Amino acid sequence: MSHHIVEVRNLRHVYSDGTVAIKDVSFIITHGESVGIIGANGAGKSTLLQHLNGSLEPTGGSIHIGHTPLSKGTLPDIRRTVGMVFQDPDDQLFMPTVFDDVAFGPLNLGFTPSDVEQRVTEVLELVGAGHLRDKPPYHLSGGEKRRVAIATVLSMSPDILVMDEPTNGIDPFARRQLIKLMKDFKHTRIVTSHDLDMVLELCGRVIVLHEGEVWADGTPLEIFGNSELLAQCRLEKPLSMQDCPICGAKRIPA
Amino acid sequence: MASIHNAVLDLKKLDLLANGNSTIHRLDARAKVLVTLVFTLCVVSYNRYELTALFPFFIFPIVIISLAGLPPLFILKKIALLCPFVLAVGIFNPVFDRTILLQLGPLGISGGWISFASILARSALTVGAAFILVGVTGFTAVCQALERLGMPQVFAVQLLFLYRYIFVLTEESGRASRARELRSCGKKGLEMSSFASMTGHLLLRTWQRAERIHMAMLARGFTGEFHASRTSCFGAPEIRFILIWTALFIFLRFQNVSLLLGSCITRLIQ
Amino acid sequence: MHMADALLSPAVGGIMWVASAGTIAYCSSKVRKEMDNSKIPLMGVLGAFIFAAQMINFSIPVTGSSGHLGGGLILTILLGPHAAFLSIASVLVVQALFFADGGLLALGCNIFNLGFFPAFIAFPLIYKKIICNQATPTRISTASIIAAIFGLQLGAFGVVLETVSSGVSSLPFSTFVAMMQPIHLAIGMVEGVVTASVVTFVYKARPEIMQSAMESRQIGNHPIKNVVIAFLVAALITGGFVSWFASKDPDGLEWAITKVTGQEELYGQGHGLHATLTALQKRIAFLPDYSFRKKDEARMEAPVAETVHTIQTAQTEQNTKSHDKKLGTSVAGVVGGLMTLGLTFLIGLILKRVNKTTAAKDAI
Repeated sequence: MSHHIVEVRNLRHVYSDGTVAIKDVSFIITHGESVGIIGANGAGKSTLLQHLNGSLEPTGGSIHIGHTPLSKGTLPDIRRTVGMVFQDPDDQLFMPTVFDDVAFGPLNLGFTPSDVEQRVTEVLELVGAGHLRDKPPYHLSGGEKRRVAIATVLSMSPDILVMDEPTNGIDPFARRQLIKLMKDFKHTRIVTSHDLDMVLELCGRVIVLHEGEVWADGTPLEIFGNSELLAQCRLEKPLSMQDCPICGAKRIPA
Repeated sequence: MASIHNAVLDLKKLDLLANGNSTIHRLDARAKVLVTLVFTLCVVSYNRYELTALFPFFIFPIVIISLAGLPPLFILKKIALLCPFVLAVGIFNPVFDRTILLQLGPLGISGGWISFASILARSALTVGAAFILVGVTGFTAVCQALERLGMPQVFAVQLLFLYRYIFVLTEESGRASRARELRSCGKKGLEMSSFASMTGHLLLRTWQRAERIHMAMLARGFTGEFHASRTSCFGAPEIRFILIWTALFIFLRFQNVSLLLGSCITRLIQ
Repeated sequence: MHMADALLSPAVGGIMWVASAGTIAYCSSKVRKEMDNSKIPLMGVLGAFIFAAQMINFSIPVTGSSGHLGGGLILTILLGPHAAFLSIASVLVVQALFFADGGLLALGCNIFNLGFFPAFIAFPLIYKKIICNQATPTRISTASIIAAIFGLQLGAFGVVLETVSSGVSSLPFSTFVAMMQPIHLAIGMVEGVVTASVVTFVYKARPEIMQSAMESRQIGNHPIKNVVIAFLVAALITGGFVSWFASKDPDGLEWAITKVTGQEELYGQGHGLHATLTALQKRIAFLPDYSFRKKDEARMEAPVAETVHTIQTAQTEQNTKSHDKKLGTSVAGVVGGLMTLGLTFLIGLILKRVNKTTAAKDAI
């Protein structure tokens, strides 16, 4: 299914105050890939993600989703194809109840009320939030908010799931639930995170951004095995690949 | 700050009350909004010296509190914090209006005191009714009811957004205030310059948040139109609720039940 | 200075409700027509910001007391009048429902006093004129302070007019004005300084924000005129409608005096509490408006004379009986009032009991 390809060509973004957030970024992500985009603070990860569904317009270069170039006219279609989960779930959950929030997208797509009802129920069950249905978002815990935020996006049946720092600020149990949930999503996944262990566990490919450019692009083991590269980019190995912190024993290579 | 912080906590508590599942909770919000409006209008339609005729109206808040299982003490406490402006203005009635209207043995009670007491009773009734409306309906449902009763959608959406982000933003500003307090070594209040930059930063962050929310809305296909997803259920129970209460209010409005009861009793004693 | 249901008559409350509802409808269609849907979340979030900003106190120089941001003017500067009016109105709705600020009927007055004046009078006629398309920190400060004072003075005057014309409070117009306006001069000054300092900060950090508010104002040719005309028409219609109803009701004061009084002594002749209150009244009424007060008294005296007359004639015939009877009515009122209060609470208690037992039965 070639229409799930994400192609970024020589992308450049300069903010109105003159900050160059992205210098020159190119990559192609094919269908079903799970890609982690990592990099230090200010490397341009969030700016890059915001281009993928047209929230930001490129200063230079182009973006293709499937084989459709991203432009004003194709935006509605592309936004349906690319589901974006924001860093702060409070920004994403703006409706009065969980149900309303998950129904917001399908209603905008013009679904009938009964279809919406069915879709919302399915998706909430999928993320394990069926019991939260009638709750207002401000009565949810951090982990619950994350799962509901993902449900709001899944309810539009996107072909590509984009997530910005999904495990930020949630407890280990909620993180584990979330990772399992993301593993179940069978289409293309793009994740940015500082949680390198999650990236290691979830992604088959890692792109390292540094100062608005792609510094490395390869399998997790390749990237995380390259200490020099990681140091240059203000990163380090995932904890599970580091030596034992107590006895100092070397990790047995996989 | 503490007072607003508490107010927000109270707000959350009131909001949770609306999750109840009593017969009153289950009624369509429109019925409750309409009855509350009729109630308020009846209460304020009395002239300023009417006091005893207002008492029977307490039946409405009391019956609703009991039927809906609201915590009476919590509501009472909220009502007791009467709007200070009402007190400030009302207290002048005994000062300016000293005509004796009621003689109870040696004690002459002036019109001013009667009208002041009437103001307090009105205040308790009307403010109480508003609290109870929220407590048995929930803010969101009240907004949706008002929208179905003809309030413009833009304003309904505005109310919902405001309500949603009060919780997020007061927490944010609470954190900022606390951080400031911890470094201010016991000095109260802020110098104007640091106040301006703190509030200004909060404002800028708020602005950025609004931009992100807008992005999130666009990402899910928002085109400026909000689609209603709820079906209404205005049936027999709602009509009954409205008819019974409205009839009672109108009856009470034109028949001073207190006076009737009182004269029966005094006649009996005599 | 939130207006409250308890001080309002239905006529005044109704008129202000219609006026505010009309302005809300007008602003809603205006905002919708602007078709800038990024404003929709912005309005809501900035309304919530007002609550959040009110948690941050600052010390007022000299006085040593502390104050906080009010909000009407700053919202107007950031959002433009139409969007700001909706935002302010929404803040007041939440305050009315959750913070006991007034009640439902008074909402109309509050939205008008605190929303209409800053958004449609103080902002376009003062702030905009002083800024004159050249936003410098000095201009922003001057404009904010003057506009805030002006807006709050109008709002306070609105409260006075609404209260006095409702007739529940006995405060004479002149005394009330003499109390409200100076207090709100001080409040307005603080509000202006705070607004100016925050606005200047935002202007320095992100000037484009202010730009967008400035531009949004140019849509529509005579927005204020339209609003004012709509308001006047609405007020006339409701005013006529309500007064037609009201005229069927006898004048409150007459009614009260003929019905409630049951004694010869109609004037409180300086005993204890009354004497003190007389002295207090003299001191408080530092700007006594004689015509207003006199009219009130004259109105009062007419029925009073009648009552006195009837009582005197009655006395010559069956002195004691009549006295007892009238005293009896007033006692009946008090006893009955207490009884009904007791009864209503009893009903509440019983209902609660019944509710609990049925709930328990359901559970079983």
